[in-house]
Amino acid sequence: MPNLVPVSRETSRTVISEHPLAMLKERLLGLVEDEECTSRLSQIDTKNLNEFGYDPFGYNPEVLRHVMPTLKWLHRYYFRTQVFGIENVPATGRCLFIANHSGQLPVDGLVIGSSIFFDTEKPRVVRAMTERFVPRLPWLSTFFARCGQILGAPDNCERMLESDEAVLVFPEGARGISKPPTQAYKLTEFGNGFLRLAIRTGTPIVPIAVIGGEEQYIRIANIKPLARLMNLPSAPLFLFGPALVPGGLLPLPVRYRLHFGAPMVFEGDPDEDDLAMGTKVKAVKSTIQNMLQRGLAERKNVFW
Amino acid sequence: MATSKTDKGEGAGERKRVLITGISGRLGRELSRQLHRNYRVIGIDRRPAEDLPVDVEHHRLDLRRNRTRAIFREESISAVVHLGTIYNPRRDPVSDHRTNIVGLQRLLGYVRSYNIPKLIVLSTADVYGPQAENITFLNEDSPLLAAARFVAIRDLVSVDMAAMSFMWKHPDTETVILRPVHIVGDVGNTAMKYLLRPWVPRVLGFDPMVQLVHQDDVVRSIVLALEDGVRGVYNVDGPTAVPASVILKHLGARQIPIPSSVLRFALKQMWRFRLTRFPSAEVDHIQWPATVDGSRARRELGYAPAHDMTSILQMLRESSDRMR
Repeated sequence: MPNLVPVSRETSRTVISEHPLAMLKERLLGLVEDEECTSRLSQIDTKNLNEFGYDPFGYNPEVLRHVMPTLKWLHRYYFRTQVFGIENVPATGRCLFIANHSGQLPVDGLVIGSSIFFDTEKPRVVRAMTERFVPRLPWLSTFFARCGQILGAPDNCERMLESDEAVLVFPEGARGISKPPTQAYKLTEFGNGFLRLAIRTGTPIVPIAVIGGEEQYIRIANIKPLARLMNLPSAPLFLFGPALVPGGLLPLPVRYRLHFGAPMVFEGDPDEDDLAMGTKVKAVKSTIQNMLQRGLAERKNVFW
Repeated sequence: MATSKTDKGEGAGERKRVLITGISGRLGRELSRQLHRNYRVIGIDRRPAEDLPVDVEHHRLDLRRNRTRAIFREESISAVVHLGTIYNPRRDPVSDHRTNIVGLQRLLGYVRSYNIPKLIVLSTADVYGPQAENITFLNEDSPLLAAARFVAIRDLVSVDMAAMSFMWKHPDTETVILRPVHIVGDVGNTAMKYLLRPWVPRVLGFDPMVQLVHQDDVVRSIVLALEDGVRGVYNVDGPTAVPASVILKHLGARQIPIPSSVLRFALKQMWRFRLTRFPSAEVDHIQWPATVDGSRARRELGYAPAHDMTSILQMLRESSDRMR
């Protein structure tokens, strides 16, 4: 029984290739492979994976082998992301990335993830928290889980941090991503939950300011009835979009700029009241807001 | 019978008495084989005794009958293991519901009135219910929501809740509630029936993480729960969680992805004409996640599954090869 034991990559291929459809799939997947991605993937920490290559959340780095090349292209050649302060990303151990959310669709998460994978000395796979509706979507739910993205529940986040993962949280949530252009780069309200988790698990917080996302789509309308119908936080309609790519989902080639701040460590009682917690949250929020202002002042043009 | 009382004082040769309900099931048989050397095993089941060790005392009767009380009166029982919950959606739900609920009620009454020091109730991790919003590590305090979407499972939820309230109301009895994930092995439960099909329907676009536990490990957890001082609710998880598709691939099953709505509709219609063994609500198990956190059992019971996933898959592979 050759395919019974947890198979290594090579043997699994020879087994799968017997079927013509599977062979085609292998060939197609082979097209989206990249040496740099594969070599960086081999450096990532695998201590939380079981003998089948999965972690309890359904994450499987094998899938990333075919995903990262696309992200690399977006990150390096499409958005030409400029990264500042990448040395603030801890090479190992638990850490919580807190960033501003923007851009109608969560492309900012992809860019942050790519940056922490490609631009750091030791690559890390960022685990982001997804919206509540994501696990209900066919294919996407599985795909997100395989790529390490998990349902944004506090318990899930705490488990992740306890197993020394790097977790990305947008405390603004859906409020932040669907801002109108007049509110660009103005942070909306931050929740307190992330800070309680950081204190409880003794996790350093790395603030990130993302610049560029607000200009990636020109939103001409937010069709609220459609959003309600589809049970989504928002249903934006983009200018140009539908004409360029099916679905109109390709963002404009803005230049992304990421500013990583120095890690912030908070101590105290994780069950403090909201007021006391609020002052600590404010410290994180104002750090991000300051980085945003400085970054915007330095920026000469949206596209280069 | 005065003998049982005098037996008790006879020193080292005397063994503690364990009463097992539902002993004729596969888990009950396995458990009695594990226990009969160290304990005196008394079994109650409506089914006949098959394949039990010879020194096991078997009573073929319904828990609700008065003769059950006589057993409690005559034997000084030191532990009750309740494996006798029926879950079979194909049978008459009304009569099963009565058997399950009234049976447990009687049993709890006897445990109370005869001051039995230990009660173990085998529940199931299915009581949490598979749902899209489930956290990845459902713990023992997570709400039991299974019956919200699947009415036939309400017996299991009610049994678990009745046992829980008994645990709080009567601290003199050490009550242990075990919630194992999908049990595989020699058993004939829905999970096994699903996995051993020659072609297996899956929900198109969904591939939840699944936990399996070997029946021997469940029996081991029951034996560990018999230890003095153990009480509480414990999830009994398996070696590791893997996606459903990976399990099926290792079993060599032909996987047929079907859209959720089509699969549910087809099962509903087939169910009406008794053409399937699977109620449509059980599709939830292959569409949504329901993985549990077994760390409490590992920490407090010292439980650790002896069968790893590879050996479980090997065992399943062998059983499915035998069937095809």
